[in-house]
Amino acid sequence: MPTPFSTGIRTEEMVLNIGPQHPSTHGVFRLVVKIDGETIKEAVPVMGYLHRGTEKLAENLTYTQIIPYTDRIDYLSSMTNNYVLCHAVETLMGLSIPEKAEFLRVIVMEMNRIASHLVWWGTYLLDIGAIGPFLYAFRDRETIINLFNELSGARLTYNYMRIGGVKWDAPPGWIEKAKEFVQYLKSELPNYHVLVSGNEIFQSRITGIGTYSRQDALDHSLSGVMLRCTGENWDIRKNEPYSIYDRFEFDVPVATEGDCLSRYHLRLQEIEQSIRILEQALDQFPEEGEVMGKVPKVIRPPVGEVYVRIEAPRGELGVYIASQGKDKPWRFKLRRPSFVNLQILPKLLEGVNMSNMVAILGSIDIVVGEVDA
Amino acid sequence: MSEEKRKPTPEEKAAAAAVARAKAKAAKEAREAQANAAESDTGEPNGEGRADAPQAEPPIEKRKPTPEEKAAAAAAAMAKAKAAKEAREAANGTTSDADPDAKAKAAAAAKAKAAAAAAAKAKAAREANAGETSDAGMDEDAKAKAAAAAKAKAAAAAKAKAAAAIKSNTGASSVEPTAEEAPPSKNQPYLDRYVQILTERFGKESIEDSYINRLSKEVPTLLIKNEHWHGIAQFLKEEPALQFDYLSNLHGVDYEDRMEVYYHFYSYEHHHSLAVKVKTTRENASVSSVTDIWAGADWNERETFDLLGIDFPGHPNLVRIMMPDEWIGHPLRKDYEPFDEGV
Amino acid sequence: MSSWLEQAPSLTNVLHYSLAAVALLLVVLGFVTYAIYFERKVIGWMQLRPGPNRVGPLGLLQTISDVTKLLLKEDTRPKHADKALFTLAPILAYSPAFAVLAVMPFTDTIQFADLGVGVLYYIALSSITVMGVITAGWASNNKYSLIGGMRSAAQMISYEVPLVMSVVGIILMTGSLNLKDIVYAQQDVWNIVPQFLGFIVFLIAAQAELNRSPFDLPEAESELVAGYHVEYSGFRFAMFMLAEYVYMFGMGTLIVVLFLGGWLPIHPSLDFIPPIIWFIIKFMFYVFLQFWLRATMPRFRADQLMGFAWKVLLPVALFNIMLTAFVITYQNGFM
Repeated sequence: MPTPFSTGIRTEEMVLNIGPQHPSTHGVFRLVVKIDGETIKEAVPVMGYLHRGTEKLAENLTYTQIIPYTDRIDYLSSMTNNYVLCHAVETLMGLSIPEKAEFLRVIVMEMNRIASHLVWWGTYLLDIGAIGPFLYAFRDRETIINLFNELSGARLTYNYMRIGGVKWDAPPGWIEKAKEFVQYLKSELPNYHVLVSGNEIFQSRITGIGTYSRQDALDHSLSGVMLRCTGENWDIRKNEPYSIYDRFEFDVPVATEGDCLSRYHLRLQEIEQSIRILEQALDQFPEEGEVMGKVPKVIRPPVGEVYVRIEAPRGELGVYIASQGKDKPWRFKLRRPSFVNLQILPKLLEGVNMSNMVAILGSIDIVVGEVDA
Repeated sequence: MSEEKRKPTPEEKAAAAAVARAKAKAAKEAREAQANAAESDTGEPNGEGRADAPQAEPPIEKRKPTPEEKAAAAAAAMAKAKAAKEAREAANGTTSDADPDAKAKAAAAAKAKAAAAAAAKAKAAREANAGETSDAGMDEDAKAKAAAAAKAKAAAAAKAKAAAAIKSNTGASSVEPTAEEAPPSKNQPYLDRYVQILTERFGKESIEDSYINRLSKEVPTLLIKNEHWHGIAQFLKEEPALQFDYLSNLHGVDYEDRMEVYYHFYSYEHHHSLAVKVKTTRENASVSSVTDIWAGADWNERETFDLLGIDFPGHPNLVRIMMPDEWIGHPLRKDYEPFDEGV
Repeated sequence: MSSWLEQAPSLTNVLHYSLAAVALLLVVLGFVTYAIYFERKVIGWMQLRPGPNRVGPLGLLQTISDVTKLLLKEDTRPKHADKALFTLAPILAYSPAFAVLAVMPFTDTIQFADLGVGVLYYIALSSITVMGVITAGWASNNKYSLIGGMRSAAQMISYEVPLVMSVVGIILMTGSLNLKDIVYAQQDVWNIVPQFLGFIVFLIAAQAELNRSPFDLPEAESELVAGYHVEYSGFRFAMFMLAEYVYMFGMGTLIVVLFLGGWLPIHPSLDFIPPIIWFIIKFMFYVFLQFWLRATMPRFRADQLMGFAWKVLLPVALFNIMLTAFVITYQNGFM
């Protein structure tokens, strides 16, 4: 970079390896950056360190057996991942799901969305250098995890849904506890804003960085919050309703700035909307009924292929299944939002300061398990 | 579906099979099928009975007829054993997949025997899946026939059924025939329009096939000729009437005799979607890259290249993305063998 | 105490003086030990955690065991590090931190050296630490530590300017650079009142000088892993930690002396409380503020940090000097 004050000192670009072991890459993700001073000239994401070959494994597993594997794709929102697989197979087979199971699914998915956004909120602030919020976020997430634990017996990898319904009915008193939690979180959320959103340092730190246009977002196949922050009003729950989302009233938060701050606010607003959905779903929850529909004992979808997409916390989560009429998929493909959203990172990092790097990477909200599949 | 439930299955199956065998004196193939059938049809109280599946599982091409044969044989056995209740249960197990077509057959079946069962089936049969038709339809159809056959003589009937099963199954492997029978899809006008616009511009030969994929939320699907793909892709995005500005998904599938790359597009402008499939050979798998059109195709193409070995000419940086750079082979190929056994 | 300095150096003198220094060192180490404990406890409470509570009663021995661990650790040095500089850096960082304490008047009797230019001495000496940090960054032969070192150098040098400028107002009012004189001048009203602007600038700049949150960029763990001391472990790392906390001790003392009236009571009627207690209370208040900030503040961005120093703090400090000069001139009746 030619400067008006040429000193004659020889400078050179430096290649810096960020990751795979680095505190703010959220897992084993590696970023090779070429920096000139503290300005990033080029950034090359390198991934695959957590590649477990889920798609290959799935080809040798029956449909029900794949469900626990989906837990481990995006381990921060296992419920949504469970759902997308079940939803794909159910679509393929034309199965109908009992009412109660649909309610349970929506409830756990929305709770999981809240949990996932809370983790994002905490870790993002951690990236930015504030330690406190992380623990507050985890305190509230803990309640959700405990509720899930009661429901499914696991804290992180729930393996809760089944093709045709859910595995377990809500234990007695669970719905009341969930209601209690929703009310609690509703009253707690404003404190999040008090703690962080109003902070001058925080605002000036992430305003106007990592900005891209709607066109960029569409070109790079961005979805979820990454797309909505550019002004596109699009939420699959609203626009292509699946499950019973069409029964609930909620808004889709949209921003137009396309920067890190707008993504921050959108995620917090999504928590509010999830709370709205939860309130309605918990109120309308049918006490009676089956949680498993009538499904063939051996799940053999017909020959054909299916692609479904749903709104996961990180964006558009899709599953493609090519079936040959057997009990195992011929081809199982996950459209992972983290993986696709991450593609815009090199473009966003070009020419920015090193200290913005983590803020931008964090705002994409990736889960490396999902990036690497 | 639990483990405990699964265990009793083999005995019951065996019992059912034995009854059937004794009574029907069916041919050898029919007998094989019986075991399977009992497993899948009487499975309701017994659990999945997966334990038997591997042994009895014939190779891919032969596999499809099996359920039907099974069903037929099992039904025969059941009819003989006068296990009407079981038959009903079995019917229920499959009805959810049945479709109008199946209903008709089921009605016929009802005449022959289990009227009550068929009624239940017909009721349960809702907006059904095309592909499912033949499977489920065959089941019932087979049962009905089996009932009749049991009265006459079993062996010949079983053979006929098996033949029928094979016939209808070949039909099932393609989705279109049944799709035509059903009322036209809500997305049919979209598909017609896409096809019309594309043929106007690129000629008829550019599109190999077009249909509504009823299994996949009725998405209009086009099968595009490989050599026309890049031009069409460009057109799909830029043509004002189409404007597929968003590439939702891109991946490859290995069908053993061919490779396919599957694209799912969405237009935020017009709010319509489209699935595109492009075929290529396994040996020289190559589909032109669309990264210059949708930047979001970049990593997806790299992943497809990495895992399936499909080349994307025109991609700026087509290197492995998931596997290490020095990896040998493409793991998602069906004939993939790990190079290093130790790994 | 300072009378010793005026005597001829006899054996007893030197011995006494060394013993006093050791005593101060122990006090400082004691402070560091329990400052860390206190920090972890306070931040823990603020973050809904109990903090250390396992080692010793109430976790009181936690830091001691931590330090023991650091001392017993293997002394590792990267293969390609600059051996001499790598060894020198922690010493370079720590020594000035301890040396600045020599001029600090904890009470009017407890002070080692009553220098006429106490303020200047502090500022001059504390600048040397930058050398230690940048040396560490360079000698580690690690890219992260190099960036951390460079950041640190830029930050500490930038913030030193407003830091010094904010004190100028006090010096104008007092007419002396001697720290004791500055305290005596606050008999009627603490400097924090007339020099509030200066106090704010000083507080912020001091925070940046200490490399503490929200100005902890040189060791921003989320970007640079640990900044300049990423390659240091064991005792060498402990030296850096020690330097940081001793500086906090030094800065706390300085801020109490300059702005909060040193050992003077808040009101003459509270005279019965010994001066050292007053000093400690004020000092603790400052230390608590540090922890509080650390628990709640996110980190600054590197470019904004520099901009803030030069575009905000420096003009404010200069304005403060002008304002003070005008007021003093007016009071003296020249206008």
